[in-house]
Amino acid sequence: MTEQFQGYLRSDGRKGIRNTVVVAYLVECAHFVASKIVAGFEDEDVQLIGFPGCFPNEYAARVMGQLCTHPNVGAVLFVSLGCESFDKVRVSGTVARTGRPVETLVIQRSGGTAKTVETGRFWVRSALEEIANVERAPMGVDELVIGTICGGSDGTSGISGNPAAGKAFDILIGEGAACIFEETGELISCENIMAERAKTPELGEELRAAVQKAERYYATLGYGSFAAGNAAGGLSTIEEKSLGAYVKSGDSQISGLIKPGDVPPKGGLYLMDVVPDGEVRFGFPNISDNAEIVEMIASGAHMTLFVTGRGSVVGSAISPVIKICANPDTYRALEDDMDVNAGDIIEGNRSIAEVGQEIRDLVVSVAKGAQTKSEALGHREFILTYKSFDPIGPSCLPAI
Amino acid sequence: MTNPFLHLHPEDNVLVARATALAGTEVRLQKITATLGQSIPLAHKIAYRDIEAGEHILKYGMPIGIATENIAAGTHVHIHNIRSAYTPTHALQDANGQSPETSK
Repeated sequence: MTEQFQGYLRSDGRKGIRNTVVVAYLVECAHFVASKIVAGFEDEDVQLIGFPGCFPNEYAARVMGQLCTHPNVGAVLFVSLGCESFDKVRVSGTVARTGRPVETLVIQRSGGTAKTVETGRFWVRSALEEIANVERAPMGVDELVIGTICGGSDGTSGISGNPAAGKAFDILIGEGAACIFEETGELISCENIMAERAKTPELGEELRAAVQKAERYYATLGYGSFAAGNAAGGLSTIEEKSLGAYVKSGDSQISGLIKPGDVPPKGGLYLMDVVPDGEVRFGFPNISDNAEIVEMIASGAHMTLFVTGRGSVVGSAISPVIKICANPDTYRALEDDMDVNAGDIIEGNRSIAEVGQEIRDLVVSVAKGAQTKSEALGHREFILTYKSFDPIGPSCLPAI
Repeated sequence: MTNPFLHLHPEDNVLVARATALAGTEVRLQKITATLGQSIPLAHKIAYRDIEAGEHILKYGMPIGIATENIAAGTHVHIHNIRSAYTPTHALQDANGQSPETSK
């Protein structure tokens, strides 16, 4: 019997572990006004997200729609300048069809900065009251979607934090959860061993192809998914970083390949292909860690496990981030920002299995409402940029 | 803590520092016991045996790069003497952690 907790029941049957009012700007020109609206709610769960571009992008439109109907979201206020290309009618319709309170303010028609801020705060206040009564329903680990990423990796990540996250994934998948790992650019050199773990040979081919696509993409850009700090931390090559990152996926069978915004159809382990399709456009696939976290959330992640060696402090809008510190020196330096000290494994104080179990138990407490370190500190980072994807192929989600 | 270095896989030709190992530390390698000629930071690698230019570097039992020069047992293995078989590594500091402007 899996552990139960109280979720927020949404009209599509999915359940959330948070009940957030999201304020979303639809172009950079509306960012300031949207952030001023959010600033009026220091002590309530009101969060800022947005898309900066004025030119249309199908990926961004889809991700925005998925984020605004994420089970952790209770109500949405869109803030538009008025002349940008983002299809605000379509995205607000997507939200309205779920029964969530939704409103769109157009600055050019709402009297400018001060009046739009005032109107927006008034709307958010009433939305907070309305969603306080959202139906609660029992929820189990088998209804959770959990993402994992690593950022600020160093030579400890692949030895302690990532194997511990992989162990947590194995436990959670055993309990029926859907778990997602990603960053195909950081799986370069692992494609063959990974393909052998696929549920079907056809899926294995898709996994291999996704990594080969990433390899070509990064080769064109001239940089691998490798930051200067990775080298300072003892990592010498992208394949060394990849092998360390790959172990985050644990030992479970791989059930499917998804792209950002695709929600796993059931429990199991999924690889997210984050590298755009087609010729290289719009620059680097994910320009920083939060872009990866946002894609996890767009695919339904209730929370994200973030393994760091050098020491990241970020959280995220919409879904909490659990920070797992791989490096014992970094943990001591940044303890207030870290949820789990996987550095214990390096120092020989605890086993990978023990830390993996701690992560799994923390996932359940966070699902029950406990705040992660970054959540309590107020971190609500968010970034969404231009990308383009083709839909996944027919072999990517094999039926039972 | 017994050994300052980890041998992650039996086939590996490198060891990984589990804490910063100071110059002068004695380390048992495949065939010899070497004295570190320089400090090795946490999670950096040293050669477990003599490695020839062109050999694969093995960590976790898997190739992580190719030696660009002969590497003597017990010396630092990093961006100055191995390269990726895929994309070049981008770093702001040299293998010893020195930035170009500060090492001048």
